[in-house]
Amino acid sequence: MEVTIIAETTGDALHPVTAQLVGAACSMGGAPTVICPGGIGTSEASTISGVVKVISAEGDCFGTFDSGAWADALSPLCEGVVMTSSSAHGREVLAQIAAIRDIPIVQDATGLESGIKVTRPIYSGKAIETSVVSPPCAISIRQNAFESPGSDGSSDISTVNNSSDIGVAVKEALAKASERLDVGEADIIISGGRGMGDPSNFSHLYEIADIVGAAVGASRAAVDTWDEIPHDMQVGQTGKTVNPSLYIAVGISGAIQHLAGMRSSKYIVAINKDADAPIFGVADYGIVSTWEEALPSLKEEFGKL
Amino acid sequence: MTIAVLLKQVPDTTAKITVSGGRVDESAVGKWSMSPYDEYALEYALQLKESGGGDLVAITCGPARASKMLTDAAAVGADSLVHVVSDDSGIDSSNTQSLLASAVQRIGAEVVLCGKQAADTNAGSTGPGVASILGFTCVGMVSEVSAEGGGFVAMRTSPSGNEKVSVSKPCLFTFDKAATEMRRPNVRGIMMAKKKAVETLTPADLGVTIDSPRVTLESHSAPAEKPPGQKFEGAESVPTVVSKLRDEANVI
Ligand SMILES: Cc1cc2nc3c(=O)[nH]c(=O)nc-3n(C[C@H](O)[C@H](O)[C@H](O)COP(=O)(O)OP(=O)(O)OC[C@H]3O[C@@H](n4cnc5c(N)ncnc54)[C@H](O)[C@@H]3O)c2cc1C
Repeated sequence: MEVTIIAETTGDALHPVTAQLVGAACSMGGAPTVICPGGIGTSEASTISGVVKVISAEGDCFGTFDSGAWADALSPLCEGVVMTSSSAHGREVLAQIAAIRDIPIVQDATGLESGIKVTRPIYSGKAIETSVVSPPCAISIRQNAFESPGSDGSSDISTVNNSSDIGVAVKEALAKASERLDVGEADIIISGGRGMGDPSNFSHLYEIADIVGAAVGASRAAVDTWDEIPHDMQVGQTGKTVNPSLYIAVGISGAIQHLAGMRSSKYIVAINKDADAPIFGVADYGIVSTWEEALPSLKEEFGKL
Repeated sequence: MTIAVLLKQVPDTTAKITVSGGRVDESAVGKWSMSPYDEYALEYALQLKESGGGDLVAITCGPARASKMLTDAAAVGADSLVHVVSDDSGIDSSNTQSLLASAVQRIGAEVVLCGKQAADTNAGSTGPGVASILGFTCVGMVSEVSAEGGGFVAMRTSPSGNEKVSVSKPCLFTFDKAATEMRRPNVRGIMMAKKKAVETLTPADLGVTIDSPRVTLESHSAPAEKPPGQKFEGAESVPTVVSKLRDEANVI
């Protein structure tokens, strides 16, 4: 079965989800071709085990993100099952490729079986949907839901020049408020809620995050109440959906819309002074305590690791 | 200028979702609401109308119950309401995109706003798919938009932060959480909205043939139950939890 993977890139390198896409394709019996938009990450892509060939898609349009232009330029290169990451960009490009090629689309798969049987969470994780779709079709996958294969491949790289007209002009790029790890990319997240009392108290979370290489997240109440806490830190229904190995919720009550963004985390730790807070319902390890008492000890213990 | 906003009625984010007989039981949903990201799209559609004039048309595609949500949109200022009646279960994403694209074409809108994804399917294919069918420029993950010099300026999230982008008509914006929440209706708005007619269209009215869905739903199921967690009293339990994270969970 032919599979075309559109690589996900960050800056000038491949994003780790690209290898997971190859793993997902191979797990359902696919033979994947990886297309690297803008020619980014081609040599790394060629080493991912299982990749049949790599196409470096070069063209002026790849300098700016314009999903319509990207889809126009990439669509003619796609065959069989077209796959992307279910990142914001991945979904947008894939939906347009599916529309251009008139193929069915399923977004944000967390499970794939040959057939093709696709499993995905719906209603923000309150239910799971299983559906069946046949090639040619388009499927995006959730980051960290599939294993990456090894890196002992050595597939050929060919270059295609294919551009398309850009309709979106970037007038100004505004860098993130901080250079910190993004919650969407982190394997450990420590999030603070309204219970932190004041945005300056997030410094305790940053200190702990720095020790274990974690990202700092926040509840919507924290983001909406305090200007110092930007929206890109928000986890939940109207924030980011995260899938880390460890999620530590501090002073977060566990409203259903917060759970929507983090309940699929592998392990959840909750620190809350209210023993009846709903967050304890999803926590693997709950600590009934104020953060003022618990965080110094957490910092010390992490420091000893 | 005609502005279209695409809205979807979904179970309220607080609603409990129950599965029975392999399907989500819609009759058990206590409250239906406008999908949260669509509310942001509606707010900015209203702002575009207020700043530049024009007609704001709210369009939904969904079963009969969805009509109420259009009335809610009228209560905050949508000028006309279009309901493409379809039975959700019989159509897939491609069908929905075709229906909405035809509805946009029919009203002659040059700018379309919608949510980045709906709170039920969580897919995010509709906006970009509709843009592609219509040949409109698509700008996703938008948190603000305003009219400027015949075109638009929008703020969008990018992997490295935010980008201020400019785009000309025709175009489509999909909204992330925005800078401003949707306004609340006043009493007069609610009264006026009750009298506003909803134009009801069938796929045939739009000249769209609904083929059998190419994504076949096999089943819905409840998410796997997590084993109950361990709960500890007091900050003195922190060392215990950290050692469990290391030895039991192996995550640090
Ligand atoms: C459409 C919609 C979308 C939404 N989307 C999101 C979303 O994306 N993300 C999100 O998070 N929310 C979202 N919400 C909001 C959600 O309903 C809650 O209001 C929000 O999550 C509450 O945030 P919180 O837990 O920080 O605050 P609170 O609910 O106020 O909880 C604060 C907690 O801190 C604890 N606490 C207080 N002091 C201390 C202390 N000293 N030490 C330890 N614990 C303490 C309290 O016991 C309490 O449990 C959404 C709501 C709606 C309607």
